[in-house]
Amino acid sequence: MINGILHPSKVVEQLVQHGVTHYVTLPDSETSNMYNALMAEESITVVPVAREGEAIPIAVGLHVAGKRPVVSIQNAGLYEAGDALRGLAIGIGLPLVMFIGYRGHNRKGDTPDSAAVFLEPYLHMWRVEYFVVEEDEDLDRVPLAFDRAEKTNMPVAVAIGTEYAPEEIE
Amino acid sequence: MISYADACRIINEHRGEAAAVTTMTQSGYWNKISEHPDLDMGISNGMSKASSVALGVALGDPDRNVLCLDGDGSLLMNLGSLATVAGMGPKNFHHFVFNNGIYAITGGQPLPETGVRYADAARACGYKATFRFDDLESFENSMAEIMATDGPTLIELIVTPEPATEGVDQTWDSNAKMPSQLRAMRKRLTGKDDWGPGGPFI
Repeated sequence: MINGILHPSKVVEQLVQHGVTHYVTLPDSETSNMYNALMAEESITVVPVAREGEAIPIAVGLHVAGKRPVVSIQNAGLYEAGDALRGLAIGIGLPLVMFIGYRGHNRKGDTPDSAAVFLEPYLHMWRVEYFVVEEDEDLDRVPLAFDRAEKTNMPVAVAIGTEYAPEEIE
Repeated sequence: MISYADACRIINEHRGEAAAVTTMTQSGYWNKISEHPDLDMGISNGMSKASSVALGVALGDPDRNVLCLDGDGSLLMNLGSLATVAGMGPKNFHHFVFNNGIYAITGGQPLPETGVRYADAARACGYKATFRFDDLESFENSMAEIMATDGPTLIELIVTPEPATEGVDQTWDSNAKMPSQLRAMRKRLTGKDDWGPGGPFI
C-alpha cells in the first residue's frame, strides 16, 4: 500500500518536536521502517504491546505520570481496542494522539479491504477527530493533531495512509 | 483461602508511597482502607485493563512502586499484558492477582477455566519473581520480602469468593469518579494541576 512517500525520520522529527516520550505500539506490515527509525531515537521509549487493546491504557498510565505518549496501531487493531478507546480515552478526556495505520487505503477510493472501508466511519462514530497523512507534504497535519488533542482533551487520530518508506527513497 | 479484606489490609500495611491501580471487587475493599486516595486509581470503566494502566504509571514514574490489584477474570481478558509487562521489565511493578475462580461482580459465574495458575503464567512470560499464597499467615510473613524484590513481580492470592448480590448501577456520578481519580493522581505525581476537563463525565 504505497500512496505517497512518507519518510519515518520526518515523523520522528515531529514526535521529538512535540516532546513525545513514549511510543506505544504493535507493529504492522506498513510500519516496519518506522519501527527501525524509532529504535534509533534515544529520546523516545518504544513500548511494544502484545495486543492493541493494551496501548491506550498504557498511555493513560504514562499520562497520569506526567509523560507524553502516543499510540501507534493499525486500523484493525483500533477496532480491537474499541472498549479502551471508549472508556479510557474518550471517557476520561485523554489528550492523546493516535497514529493509526490506514491498512488498505487507496487514494483512488476503491479498496477491497474492509479494514480501510470502516476506518473513517468508525472514527466518526466515536466522534474522534482525525487527519490523513499520505506523504511528507502532509506532515503539517501532525501539529494540528497535537494541538486539537490538547485543546479538546480528547484523543485525535492521525491516519497513516501509506506504507512508511525506506529512508533512501526520494 | 484469604479474605479480600485481609489481603488488602496486608498490602496496605506495606504500601508506603506506592501508587495503586485497582479494579473490580479489589477497588471496593481498597478504597475503604487506603490512606492515600490521591495515589489510587480504580479502573472501573476500562474492563480488564488495570495491569496495562499500572504498567504505564510504572514506566512513567520509575522511582515509585506501583501496585496493581487485579482480578483473575480481569487478567484472563488481558493475559497478553503479562508478556508486555515482562518485556518492559519495570522493577517497581508489583502485580497482585486475586484468584477466586469466579466473576464476582456479575454474581459469581465461574471463569472458563478455574485452575489457571497465574503465578506460573507470569513466570513463563518473564516476570522476575512470582509468588502464590492460599493462607494468610504465609502471605503476611512474605510481604516485606515481596516489596523488597525487584519487579516485575506477580503475587497470586487465592481468595474466598464474594459474589455480588446486587447489580452495578452505572451513573453519571460513578462514571465521573475514575477521571477525577486520574486527574488527582497526575496532580500528585507531577505537582501540576494541568489536566483540564474533557470527555462526557467531566
